Amino acid sequence: MSRRRDIKKIMLIGSGPIVIGQASEFDYSGTQSCKALKAEGIEVVLVNSNPATIMTDPEFADKTYIEPITPDILKKIIEAERPDALLPTMGGQTALNMAVALSDSGVLKQYGVELIGARLDTIKKAEDRELFKASMLKIGLKVPFSKYTHTKEEAMRFVREIGFPVIIRPSFTLGGTGASIAYNIEEFEDKVEYGLSVSPTHEVLLEESVLGWKEFELEMMRDRNDNCIVVCSIENFDPMGVHTGDSITIAPAQTLTDKEYQNMRDAAIKIMREIGIESGGSNIQFAVNPLNGDMVIIEMNPRVSRSSALASKATGYPIAKVATKLAIGYTLDEITNDITKNTKASFEPTIDYVVTKIPRFAFEKFPQADDTLTTQMKSVGEVMAIGRTFRESFQKALRSLESGVYGMVQRIRDEDFGTVKAREKVISGLKRPSPEQLFSIGDAFRMGFTVEDIQQYTSIDPWFLDNLQEIIGYESKIRALKGYSLSTVEAAHILRDAKKMGFSDRYIAGLLGTAEPLIRKARMNSDIKPVYKVVDTCGAEFEAYTPYLYSTYEDENESVVSQKKKVIILGSGPNRIGQGIEFDYCCVHASFALREEGYESIMLNSNPETVSTDYDTSDKLYFEPITYEDVMNIIELEKPNGVIVQFGGQTPLKLAKKLEAAGVQVLGTSPESIDIAEDRKRFRELLERLGLKQPTSLTATSVEEAIRIGNTIGFPLILRPSYVLGGRAMEIVYDNESLEEYMARAVNISEDKPVLVDKFLESATEIDVDAISDGDTVVIGGVMEHIEEAGIHSGDSACSLPPFSLSKDLINEITRQTKILAKALNVVGLINIQYAVKDNEVYVIEANPRASRTIPFVSKSIGIPLAKLATKLMVGKKLKDIGFTKEVLTDYITVKEAVLPFMKLPGVDTILGPEMKSTGEVMGIDKTFALAFAKSQLASNTVLPMNGNIFISVKDNDKMLIVPIAKRLKEFGFNIIATRGTAQILTTSGIEVRIVNKVEEGRPHIVDLIKNREIAMLINTTFGKKSIKDSYSIRRSAITYNIPYYTTIEGADAAYRAIVALKNGEITVTPIQNLYRAL
Amino acid sequence: MAILVLEDGAVFKGKSFGYRGIAAGEVVFNTSMTGYQEELTDPSYYGQILVSTYTQIGNVGTNPQDYESDRTYLSGFIVKEYRERPSNFRSTETLDSFMVRHRLVGMHGIDTRMLVRRIRIKGAMMGIMSSFDDTEDELKKELSKQPSLVGRDIVTEITTKEPYDFKESLWSLKGGYEEAYKKDFPLVAVYDFGIKKNILRSLVSAGLRVRVFPCTTPVDELLKDEYKGVVLSNGPGDPSALSYIIENTRELIKNNKPILGICLGHQILGLALGGKAIKLKFGHHGANQSVLNLKTRGIEITVQNHGFAIDPESLHDSVDITHVNLNDKTLEGFVHKNKPILSTQHHPEASPGPREAGYIFKEFAKLVYERK
Repeated sequence: MSRRRDIKKIMLIGSGPIVIGQASEFDYSGTQSCKALKAEGIEVVLVNSNPATIMTDPEFADKTYIEPITPDILKKIIEAERPDALLPTMGGQTALNMAVALSDSGVLKQYGVELIGARLDTIKKAEDRELFKASMLKIGLKVPFSKYTHTKEEAMRFVREIGFPVIIRPSFTLGGTGASIAYNIEEFEDKVEYGLSVSPTHEVLLEESVLGWKEFELEMMRDRNDNCIVVCSIENFDPMGVHTGDSITIAPAQTLTDKEYQNMRDAAIKIMREIGIESGGSNIQFAVNPLNGDMVIIEMNPRVSRSSALASKATGYPIAKVATKLAIGYTLDEITNDITKNTKASFEPTIDYVVTKIPRFAFEKFPQADDTLTTQMKSVGEVMAIGRTFRESFQKALRSLESGVYGMVQRIRDEDFGTVKAREKVISGLKRPSPEQLFSIGDAFRMGFTVEDIQQYTSIDPWFLDNLQEIIGYESKIRALKGYSLSTVEAAHILRDAKKMGFSDRYIAGLLGTAEPLIRKARMNSDIKPVYKVVDTCGAEFEAYTPYLYSTYEDENESVVSQKKKVIILGSGPNRIGQGIEFDYCCVHASFALREEGYESIMLNSNPETVSTDYDTSDKLYFEPITYEDVMNIIELEKPNGVIVQFGGQTPLKLAKKLEAAGVQVLGTSPESIDIAEDRKRFRELLERLGLKQPTSLTATSVEEAIRIGNTIGFPLILRPSYVLGGRAMEIVYDNESLEEYMARAVNISEDKPVLVDKFLESATEIDVDAISDGDTVVIGGVMEHIEEAGIHSGDSACSLPPFSLSKDLINEITRQTKILAKALNVVGLINIQYAVKDNEVYVIEANPRASRTIPFVSKSIGIPLAKLATKLMVGKKLKDIGFTKEVLTDYITVKEAVLPFMKLPGVDTILGPEMKSTGEVMGIDKTFALAFAKSQLASNTVLPMNGNIFISVKDNDKMLIVPIAKRLKEFGFNIIATRGTAQILTTSGIEVRIVNKVEEGRPHIVDLIKNREIAMLINTTFGKKSIKDSYSIRRSAITYNIPYYTTIEGADAAYRAIVALKNGEITVTPIQNLYRAL
Repeated sequence: MAILVLEDGAVFKGKSFGYRGIAAGEVVFNTSMTGYQEELTDPSYYGQILVSTYTQIGNVGTNPQDYESDRTYLSGFIVKEYRERPSNFRSTETLDSFMVRHRLVGMHGIDTRMLVRRIRIKGAMMGIMSSFDDTEDELKKELSKQPSLVGRDIVTEITTKEPYDFKESLWSLKGGYEEAYKKDFPLVAVYDFGIKKNILRSLVSAGLRVRVFPCTTPVDELLKDEYKGVVLSNGPGDPSALSYIIENTRELIKNNKPILGICLGHQILGLALGGKAIKLKFGHHGANQSVLNLKTRGIEITVQNHGFAIDPESLHDSVDITHVNLNDKTLEGFVHKNKPILSTQHHPEASPGPREAGYIFKEFAKLVYERK
């Protein structure tokens, strides 16, 4: 047995944009897969619409198609490329669904493309719950009792058999979209209806609930020789009922005896055989009754997954790489274990540490969203931490989250302890799974609750609770040091034990009412420093050759510090809205560049879903929280020549000044320049000096001051706290009332930073520019014109590179301003500047002398890896040394479109504003703007209609603007349906319109029409609080029924142009390598 | 307080748990993440100090079922962290209390990875641990008096005093160990060198009646016709020290008895067939060892616990090698070319660890049934 020689060309499908449930873990696995295939000399054809991925860098595949992932487009690519095989197991549910569609439609057969990694019947058996259930029963395993239904009436009948609580799972959705738990018949009715509507097959599974059981996962591999191994066992901290993606999870499993674990392992192997996974990996989920060990099978994923990425990082076993090799015919014993070099991939990793994953949520972005954790995934990212004990890894993971907590913070105020109210608050916090539940557990222990009490409320296993109790219990030991010297032997002893338990310096400082630096100093005085251990897959049984490290407080340090020139790159931490894969992309490029320049590259990050934390991305990897304490510990050990903070987003940037103050060499643009750009006052002075315009911008530290400013410069105003990313807490206000409201909330957002008050330029065009500078020369990376008007966060706005409507003069002016600003800020590396253009006047909105979210998009667009080049500049190269001195002008258009998470967050308004809400992005490339935009819509799963009814309801300011668009839509053949106000204008302009009621005007109203699927597309712009509120149910139902909707005139116009372009011409596909060659 | 002193002079200081005492022995490490109770009651660990590479031990407590023999044979047990509070529905006793009851000295709170790496790099070595205030010097002196495992017959000390019949079959969640003893099953004799119960259970579950004998039982008894096969069990120590057992084994071979050798039993078979035993640098102790089955070309994830191995080069060409360790290419199993003999270095009975090598018992049962 060995590698198949008949496969010479393989098509790989990526997972597309980052959405809740499908994030950068698939860039990690896809990149590994591409690398593995290329290393075998196999030609790789890659399709992924997500430009912010490493895998879509031109060198990772032979042909890279940044095109929408739809069956039609894939067919075109297959037609053009004629691959021998399709590997669909690396791109999440998206790729798997495509494989099924292409098989079912006969495309694969027609072009002789073989499915590898997972056969069609295997995919179906694993994915179709009915088939899966039958398979499990056949091999003597149990599954929760369940029934499928396609109608509400049938569902009402079935639920009587199943009983409450009942789980409702819509078929064929991603990340549990639409899944829910109903506790009574009333809830059930609503939830079934919703479930049926989100399932593409209008089918839901009603399932017996095993709420409160323990949840486990096994990561399995099987090769075509029937060799089957467990890569990793995972135990969920949260019991059944919370989606595993939203659960805190721990590797390895902690509370199974060997006999129970082997039963689970045997079951998993049987499942692999029965389902027929012959060459790849799978994830299998189990529920175990804590009272008697009864085990049921929950589900399996016949592909790499979020859990497999975690398992890879947790063990050092590269699941995606191995799965790829298995898919092309290798067997496990033929694959070398990279880490030990002398052993094979056909073993079961054993670990001598504990891994904790904690999900990262973004509820602060969606105040209306219900943060109860249930069967539908809601988290947007995760962190992983490694420690020698659960307590250590758990506390490291907590501070890795960067959610402002550095430990098991107390949420109940000291003075409230002992009150009935506080007790009730804690109990309700325990009863309801949410991101806050953890802190309720902490407070419950502080109130004297026992492990048993808390177990009763939470169903969390006592083993975990016992550990948490120990953490909380130790707090009082630490507190007892308050007011005493920390340099005594006793104090040193307590400090050392605290560090072993994972307490952060900052949290300890909080307990002692002192400052973090003093704790650090006390530690240094008593020589309490971490050591670093290697993740080696084998519990030290064999020598490890891969420096993949984590810190702990023990005796032996295994990190071998070299004498080479070296640079540490600080990563971006957990994915979240506003700071996602784009920054990881930049960090990975920094690492590649450093290696090319002869530096040892050292990566520091806490995010398991990324390429940056792959053990072979950098020369050395520290899997650590990115906090001052943890970063400094590594810097003190490694003594690097410099540290790169520009690429990881706000996470490392926030540390820049402190690091510099500690004498660390921060590479590239100085923290001083970063500060000038971030500090409104200093920035305004700079712009004035340079003669550049800016919307009037002031800062306010009090409500009164803000109101005074508002009355001077006039509404609307745009308000935001300083030092934030992703438009966090940014809002446009139109009157004093909302201004006051905002200020009242804002006080809690950022303690020592004022609120920024800017004049908001209504209906301006927003421009984003990315540029690169070596300090002498500045080269424009790209000028992007936003499709949505200014005021919508740039991360949520579609944009076009090159601009689609700006005049040459304006572009020249923007280029000129960018260059003088970059020079004035002494930028060495990257800078992103946002402009607004109103009445042919250019205003600088803000400048960020660091990697921006658009760097990967621009890099993909112009075929130049800007982050990589910027890194080279940071270590002393000049732009002319590396041959990049002229802006690249393309003869094609690229459009970036944002992808929003509303589907996963019922109850959240979908309206866009200055606060960023998107989780990911796609890219459309074509010859014209209209086609590129059309592709971007297709790629973001917006299917533009070719006929039917278009609903239009616009705010007064837009009424004249919508007329020409409506006219053209009508001429194209659409019927126009409008609300009264809009209809009046349209009718006056001679457009035939059907009037429909607004929701509050009585039935039938617009939402009824949407539900009846009578609407093909919606155009709905709103102004003012009331109208936004009124139209909420329209936007929400559009999301539910996946109907294209545009909330700006510009978006509507672009959509119209795209529809025309789609009608007039076939969409064509082109690999980026061909595009770049023509540049 | 607890202290560990190694033969090479290294000293580790931690906390004690379990029985308070002094314990000396060869320090070995096991990489299995589950099954400490089975390990602690495995007689093959006789006299050794076991270090768990997995860091948190005690999580599932102990229970009346997960015994591999009636007591512990180790002299000491070292873990990174002992967890006092177990959580498992079968747990009836904490590990601490279990160890006190079995007089097993425990130590935790040390950098076990450092200790493991030391053993890996320098090879297995003797160590002594104490939960008292002994000084390093006292312990070093004591350590120097400890006998080495090489050339020592431990088996004769720990074998069963009387023959007995064994009736339990393999464990299930619902039934525990049910009796599956049928009168018409062929009877096999087991030489007990320090046997793990799961070997016996596996034999019963494979359809055999099982009678266990002291290893000192004269071979004539086992040569009797009523015994349709003989199992040479696992056990502690150096196989070369067991000359009378090797001699008995030769007799069994000569008389064409179907024989199954496991671990120490395998080594004894190897020696009886003219092979040579070698001491491994730090042994194989774990539940994740990758073994290649040369017949099927398939891989088995096996359970291993041995410090010695048979040199495959030394084996007579009367045997076919059936299993090889993929990590270090050491011999894992053989069959005899013309005699009914099966042998594995690894533990097909698992417990703790993956059970996929369990088919060996069925193959042995087949040999026995063929001769019935």
